[in-house]
Amino acid sequence: MTEPDILFGVYCPPHPQPLLSPEASEGYGNLRDAYETCRKRIEESEADLILVYSTTWPSIIGHQIQAHPEPEWVHVDDDFHFLGSMPYKFRIDVEFAEAFRDAAEARGLQSRTVAYDGFPIDTGSVVALKLLNPENRIPACIVSSNMYANRAETIVLGKSARDAIQGQGKKAVVVVVSSLSNRMFTEHIDPAEDRIHSAKDDEWNRKILEFFDDGRLEDLSQLSREIHGQIRVQKVVAYKPAWWMSATMGQHNNYTGEVLAYEALHGSGGAVVMLTPSSETVGDKEFDEDDVEHYHGDRGVLDKGAL
Amino acid sequence: MAKGEIVLGCLAPHPPHVVYAENPEQNEAFSEGGWETLRWGYNRLARKLKTIDYDAMVIFTPHWQTYIGTHFLGLPEFKSKSVDPVFPNIFRFNYDISVDVDLAEKMCEVAGESGIVTKMMRNPDFRIDYGTITSCHMLNPEWDKPLVTISSNRNAHYYSPEVMNEQAGALGLACAKAIEDSGKRVVLISSHSLSHRHFVTESPLPEDMSREHIYNHSQYVWDMKLVDMMRGGKMREVIDIMPEYTEQTIAETEAGGLTWMMSAMGYPDYSAEIYGYQSVIGTGNLIAAWDPMEATREIVL
Repeated sequence: MTEPDILFGVYCPPHPQPLLSPEASEGYGNLRDAYETCRKRIEESEADLILVYSTTWPSIIGHQIQAHPEPEWVHVDDDFHFLGSMPYKFRIDVEFAEAFRDAAEARGLQSRTVAYDGFPIDTGSVVALKLLNPENRIPACIVSSNMYANRAETIVLGKSARDAIQGQGKKAVVVVVSSLSNRMFTEHIDPAEDRIHSAKDDEWNRKILEFFDDGRLEDLSQLSREIHGQIRVQKVVAYKPAWWMSATMGQHNNYTGEVLAYEALHGSGGAVVMLTPSSETVGDKEFDEDDVEHYHGDRGVLDKGAL
Repeated sequence: MAKGEIVLGCLAPHPPHVVYAENPEQNEAFSEGGWETLRWGYNRLARKLKTIDYDAMVIFTPHWQTYIGTHFLGLPEFKSKSVDPVFPNIFRFNYDISVDVDLAEKMCEVAGESGIVTKMMRNPDFRIDYGTITSCHMLNPEWDKPLVTISSNRNAHYYSPEVMNEQAGALGLACAKAIEDSGKRVVLISSHSLSHRHFVTESPLPEDMSREHIYNHSQYVWDMKLVDMMRGGKMREVIDIMPEYTEQTIAETEAGGLTWMMSAMGYPDYSAEIYGYQSVIGTGNLIAAWDPMEATREIVL
């Protein structure tokens, strides 16, 4: 069986500053430049699909996939509304969205497409698509991040995306929208004085970026639980982006990594990274967690034993 | 000018399902009903509100989540469509609301003076969250009173439920002072469920009530513990155990709404009016009210 044609992956932050106020600080400008580099690479590639997994689109009823052919709205961020509005109109690959849903269901996941006028596309997806694909030259698809999903479910979701890309014969660019450390300052700050919230967050971010730079995507996936405990604000059950990215792109360390920018975004860690499949590798390791192919739902442990 | 006052405090959960089930003309989706225990409770509380003279509703919503301080709506009108990002199949509501900007600015100012990080929200493209719309529509379907919407600063995420309790309590005191200074008669709304674990699947017909039940018994027992304490007028104790309750039941009280409202009302030691309790997609939802006027306070359920 042939492998799905995934041209490269982009990991980028969800905050609106690179889109709305890149001039406010050197760091925001650097992030904007990095997005611009990715945009050009995408334009120069033969991609016919941009698939976005956004950590700022939480879902509850399984995994939602955007399927409105031309979603259009003027989006405003909950925290950074004073930076301005984000009008958008995207081109969605509806056929792929439906194939992705079917692939997810075939692997045991609850999934549905959403196609409603005025559906609130999240800040992260809006920022990423406006900066990476401003002319809508390439159709896109966006998938939510289920707030209750943990490792098994997220990995199976990634494999479903891979199935759909392969099944449709697409040449895909995979985009993960997520910060690294996600603790922001809880006060309003001068953007020129923005910095990573703590030395610990900064140190972990740099360690993660070393892995990215070495192309060690599967190693990052395996470190996800540790990353969540060390530098993620406990809003959701787990840090999932590396799980999904690795399961979608291929669970190995054979990538060429390029860290294009790493800057603070109101205290959180924002990095723009590209990962391109490669024949070179730093080597894969043995890991002790199961590689999951099919999602079987909750294990119902409370019903199986006496309490 | 007479001192302003809080004339009623309402715990008003916002699952969009109850608006969907009512089939108001503003909502695009159509239902065959459902969740009557909650809806009929809401209908009764809405009737009580009709008998009260008040100038504005002030609502604290978990679905305008802010991490950089507490934000207040700061423009007089908002007209658009709110689509629930989680349940878009049932909630696509065309709204047209007015805001009491003077009161919002006063609250922002007093809260700022007390050391709370605040911000007025003045972007005309800002979309009103479905929590605000659901609670306000069910309490006042005529939409004939101005609102103040207050965002929920997520202290429970960044710090702990204990810090959330302290911060929300301080915000409540500041809002109470602002209301007093404003000379207005105000209804407070704390918009949230109690226990808040959802099912991650949905029946083909969302209003199929044969599928509706609480997520697990532990959630139910905790919710009933709180209801009993509310009936007993033990709101200080309810807020004291709020961190434990919130952690045990993943409760939506994590946003701070109930603590904010109880602090603003001086932690009532009189009985809450209970209007209904029902699960919605596994979460526990209670409609309750605190009436400072003994003469009009009722035993509802």
